[in-house]
Amino acid sequence: MKTFVDLFHQIDQTAKTTEKVEALTSYLSSASDEDKVWTIALFTGKHPKRIATSTQLKLWAAELAQIPYWLIEESHHIVGDLSETIANVLPDYPNPSNRSLSEWMLALTAVKKQDEERRKAFLIEAWTSFTKHERFVFNKLTSGAFRMGVSQQLVVKAITRHSGIPENTITHRLMGNWSPIDTNYHSLIVASNPLDAISKPYPFCLAYGLETPLETLGTTNEWQAEYKWDGIRAQLILRNKEVFIWSRGEELITAQYPEFANLPNNLPNGTVIDGELLVYKDDRPLPFAAMQKRIGLKKVTAKNLAQSPIVLMAYDLLEYNGEDIREQPLQTRRLLLQKLIEAAHESSSDIPLHLSQAIAFDYWDQLVQERSNAPTIGSEGLMLKRLSSIYETGRKKGNWWKWKVDPMTVDAVLIYAQSGSGRRANLYTDYTFAVWNEEGALVPFAKAYSGLTDAEIKEVDQWIKKNTIDKFGPVRSVKAELVFEIAFEAIQESKRHKSGIAVRFPRILRWRKDKPASEADTLENLRKSIQQ
Amino acid sequence: MALVEITDYGLFCAQAGVYIDPWKPVERALITHAHSDHARYGHKSYLVHHHSIPLLQKRLGNQYYMGIEYGELVNINGVQFSFHPAGHVLGSAQIRLAYKGEIWCISGDYKLQEDGVSMPFEPVKCNTFVTESTFGLPVFNWANPTKVFNEINHWWHQQASQKRTAIIFAYSLGKAQRILKGINHDIGKVWVHNAVHELNEAHVQVGIKLKPWEVLTIDAKPQPGDLIIAPTSAETEGWLKRFAPCATASASGWMAIRGTRRRSSADRGFVLSDHADWIGLNTAIKSTQCENVWVTHGYAATFSKWLRENGLNAIDIQTPFTDQPVMDLPTEN
Ligand SMILES: [Zn+2]
Ligand SMILES: [Zn+2]
Repeated sequence: MKTFVDLFHQIDQTAKTTEKVEALTSYLSSASDEDKVWTIALFTGKHPKRIATSTQLKLWAAELAQIPYWLIEESHHIVGDLSETIANVLPDYPNPSNRSLSEWMLALTAVKKQDEERRKAFLIEAWTSFTKHERFVFNKLTSGAFRMGVSQQLVVKAITRHSGIPENTITHRLMGNWSPIDTNYHSLIVASNPLDAISKPYPFCLAYGLETPLETLGTTNEWQAEYKWDGIRAQLILRNKEVFIWSRGEELITAQYPEFANLPNNLPNGTVIDGELLVYKDDRPLPFAAMQKRIGLKKVTAKNLAQSPIVLMAYDLLEYNGEDIREQPLQTRRLLLQKLIEAAHESSSDIPLHLSQAIAFDYWDQLVQERSNAPTIGSEGLMLKRLSSIYETGRKKGNWWKWKVDPMTVDAVLIYAQSGSGRRANLYTDYTFAVWNEEGALVPFAKAYSGLTDAEIKEVDQWIKKNTIDKFGPVRSVKAELVFEIAFEAIQESKRHKSGIAVRFPRILRWRKDKPASEADTLENLRKSIQQ
Repeated sequence: MALVEITDYGLFCAQAGVYIDPWKPVERALITHAHSDHARYGHKSYLVHHHSIPLLQKRLGNQYYMGIEYGELVNINGVQFSFHPAGHVLGSAQIRLAYKGEIWCISGDYKLQEDGVSMPFEPVKCNTFVTESTFGLPVFNWANPTKVFNEINHWWHQQASQKRTAIIFAYSLGKAQRILKGINHDIGKVWVHNAVHELNEAHVQVGIKLKPWEVLTIDAKPQPGDLIIAPTSAETEGWLKRFAPCATASASGWMAIRGTRRRSSADRGFVLSDHADWIGLNTAIKSTQCENVWVTHGYAATFSKWLRENGLNAIDIQTPFTDQPVMDLPTEN
């Protein structure tokens, strides 16, 4: 357990991803195979369910620490984290346990099925065999919500550095429903799997936002313009009569999109298409909110398929007849892509594959017009790609540009605040903003966290504490006084929200210290922008 | 009338006509220690432990100071006053008042750990004990300082081996001297910010033995592997750039909370406090054998409730100290 606790603290104490990967790699090279599997499981979201409610935890810890229940609660309130509170109210025990991580985790899994007395005895045995540091990490592991400051990608990087197996292969091997209880390290990571090669995606080519005037790009006939769609960027792979879909986050998401299961009948083997997954109904893409209903669904039902059917809006072709064609010019790749899609549509009437249409234009000014029209067809702007460009690896400047519609902004009043989590516990950092309705009341319409400087966050936090009207749980309602300019990407009607609207990606642009609350925007104004 | 009462100016003994740690200007102030929330500017006279005088001189300049020895008795209009070691910082004292058989003890700030600089805490038997509660929650329990200094040395050594300058932010009165004395000077040279340097000199002036330090003047050039001790207020981006590549750490009791640690701009947090922890507060109160406790300065409401449940007649009293949003401004005064 000690080495895992050390790893936790090393990762916890640094914000540098390189140091995190380094710590994880060196841990993997010294840990036992059992501990490796558990660590990989824990770091990729496969954590055990909790074995006690937070009330039980507080009761048992209070009893052990010989302090009243209310004092634990009060301490929890100040510390902001129950695992840490319980770790700290008990002393360092002089007889540290020698059980390994996997031994503790197996014991934990076994005790979950037992009665309350046994579970209590187990926790007390654990608590009294740890130092505070160890107890904190143990509590986190058993809280049912273990989260580490490392993404799956970093875990994959570390495993690759440790094992020498390529990242894409590792990503693929970590997919699926394996459990650390009955999986060994060798079969999970090391054993070669014939599926690896055929499912392998290419790295995505990414674009930067356009920063200079269009004219600086040169002559219009060197460029292709198309709409930019707001769904899930994905790679569709068809090899050996099998379909694989990878998200840009290098997640294998094939199972979530059964729409594409029949494509081996319509597309040749050795095809890799780069595109965007979109919900597509009545000949047009639906806003991202519709897509959200499909994301992360464990089981896709016939109802899901009927209500939010998915298509791939195809942007580019990376592999043709089993050949990597990324070095060929965009112009060539697009022609091949178009040919493939047309042939597919000829073979069947219902192919979930659309070609992202190129916009015809002769003058740059025409694109200005096209971009402003983009929202009316559900697009978030334009993509500009040089016709001679190869398909690059990662984000490169020069040949691909995204040119999004300017974000919409609104001046809104801060009405609720909630303390942040993690590093921002005890600071009020999560804000709810409101605009005026026709009756002259403030209606909340967006929550936003980011956008202020640390100094501003501190200042707002102080202000909130002095201007609280009411507290309910962790939320404070505050005097309607501070005005902030909020930017967002899209707006749509929503029955679930009191305001009747929902905005996407709201964020704080700046603190309008110059504006009194009475001059904040109205709901009516916001509604108007839906129709635009 | 009670021997001590709370007024708009601070804790007041009407019989003697004196205030203890008043927060508004008064004629006669008795001061527990030289930290700025206890020793304020503008009183006509200051009665302090004599070790506090050079410290106050640096902070408040020339004032009318009177020094007193620990245990020395002073009679003011029938009230017997004496100062007793509080173990908080150099010259820190608990102030004892005795009048017609009633005894009060006003502790100011205190800790039970020995820091090698200040005179260790001595319990004072009394009827009413006025205590701080800066860390009056059961989640605050300090590790042995030797262990903390091992951690600091280890961290410094790590930075030195990576050719970085190590910078520790700490309160300039008390914590800075404690660190200077506690760390292993074999690892590298130790530099201190000028504010720390001046207070170091005040320590040396009254015979406290510290360890060697260099003054961080405007054109000083610390080498990679050296250590700098500076007050938190020194930290600005421009200032830090002077010492790049460097690693920063903060030494404070608040670093016991992960949230505070992660929110702090420093790379590392060391849990080192000049205040009593939970066990320390409870031990100190028990050792005074008091019946009444006034709780100030920190988690006063929570801590007094806990004391009441343990059979003491405890109340929390409102002072400007308690008004500080302690979790947000982790400055230990
Ligand atoms: Zn103090
Ligand atoms: Zn103080």
